[in-house]
Amino acid sequence: MEQDCPHLLFYGPSGSGKKTLIMALLRQMFGASADKVKVENKNWKVDAGTRTIDIELTTLSSTHHVELNPSDAGFQDRYVVQEIIKEMAKNRPIDTKGKKGFKVLVLNEVDKLSREAQHSLRRTMEKYSASCRLILCCNSSSKVTEAVRSRCLNMRINAPTEGEIVNVLEFIGKKEGLQLPSGFSGRIAQQSNRSLRRAILSFETCRVQQYPFTSNQAISPMDWEEYVSEIASSIFKEQSPKRLFEVRGKLYELLINCIPPEIILKRLLYELLKKLDSELKHEISHWAAYYEHRLRLGQKAIFHLEAFVAKFMSIYKGFLIETFG
Amino acid sequence: MAPVLQSSQPWVEKYRPRQVKDVAHQDEVVRVLTNTLETTNCPHMLFYGPPGTGKTTTALAIAHQLFGPELYKSRVLELNASDDRGINVVRTKIKNFAAVAVGSARHGGYPCPPYKIIILDEADSMTEDAQACLMPCGAPWRHTQKLQDSSSFVITSAGIIGMGMSLITGPIIEPLASRCAKFRFKPLTEEIMSSRILYISKEEGLNLDSEALSTLSAISQGDLRRAITYLQSAARLFGSSISSKDLISVSGVIPGDVVQALFSACRNGNFDMADKEVKNVIAEGYPVSQMLSQLYDVIVESDDISDEQKARICKKFAEADKCLVDGADEYLQLLDVASNIMRAISNMPQECSFGS
Repeated sequence: MEQDCPHLLFYGPSGSGKKTLIMALLRQMFGASADKVKVENKNWKVDAGTRTIDIELTTLSSTHHVELNPSDAGFQDRYVVQEIIKEMAKNRPIDTKGKKGFKVLVLNEVDKLSREAQHSLRRTMEKYSASCRLILCCNSSSKVTEAVRSRCLNMRINAPTEGEIVNVLEFIGKKEGLQLPSGFSGRIAQQSNRSLRRAILSFETCRVQQYPFTSNQAISPMDWEEYVSEIASSIFKEQSPKRLFEVRGKLYELLINCIPPEIILKRLLYELLKKLDSELKHEISHWAAYYEHRLRLGQKAIFHLEAFVAKFMSIYKGFLIETFG
Repeated sequence: MAPVLQSSQPWVEKYRPRQVKDVAHQDEVVRVLTNTLETTNCPHMLFYGPPGTGKTTTALAIAHQLFGPELYKSRVLELNASDDRGINVVRTKIKNFAAVAVGSARHGGYPCPPYKIIILDEADSMTEDAQACLMPCGAPWRHTQKLQDSSSFVITSAGIIGMGMSLITGPIIEPLASRCAKFRFKPLTEEIMSSRILYISKEEGLNLDSEALSTLSAISQGDLRRAITYLQSAARLFGSSISSKDLISVSGVIPGDVVQALFSACRNGNFDMADKEVKNVIAEGYPVSQMLSQLYDVIVESDDISDEQKARICKKFAEADKCLVDGADEYLQLLDVASNIMRAISNMPQECSFGS
């Protein structure tokens, strides 16, 4: 890596190891001092014409890098990106050989950055490239503008396969001195949706619930997933305004517990698809995509979730009447 | 800024042409601008075209060639989207800069004409108000004796993909566009790109075979900056000899067999299989927008799908693309597209017969 580190853009699904890779990269570039991070609540006063804007943001920084979530600043993210890069460019570190080095700025969730902020990144990235390298991290590179992508080395991080998850779980089991019955780790891996973080967490949960493991021990799904599958089965049982009202209450319960609405919708689709005819599957997946899109544009998530449920009920009831009379 | 270590510089900056005549492939633009350099008669200019075709390069080069390194700082104001460019900046910063008249003494062999240059990079991301506010900086100022001929603008607007008309009605407001001499930057052709890439790889001591070269021009789609970035990334990862496979792996293009797998799953007509493929694509982290454009190519080129079916599928592609731009979930959109392809190929009705 030495001197010519390019700007990097890491993208991939969650639980595939993007952050881990970034931290490892920083450690190898700068040595142990990259580990000594401090959490800071930084305040910026940005002069925006007639008024000054106060922005407060939590940053994680060491002597060599600064990490932050610019999307936390909401619509003011543009100012944060500009200010911090300029600030970093002003005080460049000098390394042991007396050469001027560079600092690394890690930006998380760039896909949630506003369009203006991404625009303002593009020339800044080139202009200050001598003193500051950016490491961008996001879930989907579709939402990062082309101009930013073409300035970075894009690194796709794929989710681990089930086999790889099994290997990791067995490694952990060995280190912790646990006895793993055969096929147990395989089942955890299957349920994890190819997210390593989730696999390890549910492994830990199982350990707390019951040890020694038995080969047919139930791997409890997340509470909210169980809840969603309850909703799905109650929708299948009856399609009526009254049932819709009940479902609405349950959806509210999920939202109150901070489960993101798009995740609820996806899970609900998954549960519904399990029990449908293929003809209906097409239709339902279409409406799921349709309502999820509206959900992004709209403000109140519950409206769209409820609309999806109502749509499903109407289609399903029509289907039942058609088939069984 | 402090001198930059050569090795730490991105190649895009390192090999940026320093003179107008070195800008590749934009013959008309270069001809007009060379003329401008000789006569030092500089109109307001608006550069537009797809990214990576040399707009910023040209603007910087012409400013440097007119004023030389010494006067550059005092005569040229460079503003880009990373600077705050609301209406206020136009009102204060630009006007103050333009209001100071300058003389025309030649300086160190450069023409140094008696006006200043303001480069507004990425002008399309300026607010409409700010653009409107720029207009008086153009015409009327020339007539007030106070500010006569003291400034000239170069506006480069990056990221507008489209032809002249869409530009004028698009991000750059019409009255501003009509005050400028417009220069269109064409996407670079394969030969031009190849020759530039070959030059760079020779300078950097890289070994590039002809297959890799054509792959590189294909995946970068006329964007030279992207091609150079890919080349540098590949050189860093795989050393001095680079094959076309290495280039594909750094470019983020989805391998053909992944696209084919999804397509044949759709062709098969089994929803669950397609669902599994879609989940796989998402888990592998391939960007769905990229997937859509590659899948689109596959479908348009396949012979055994009728025109009507293709039309049905393409309509869905357009919708999904819009939804993705709005930030919709990638999995659901791709699943919807896959389901539509399936329905179109097996001639299932688009509308559902159930429900209202």
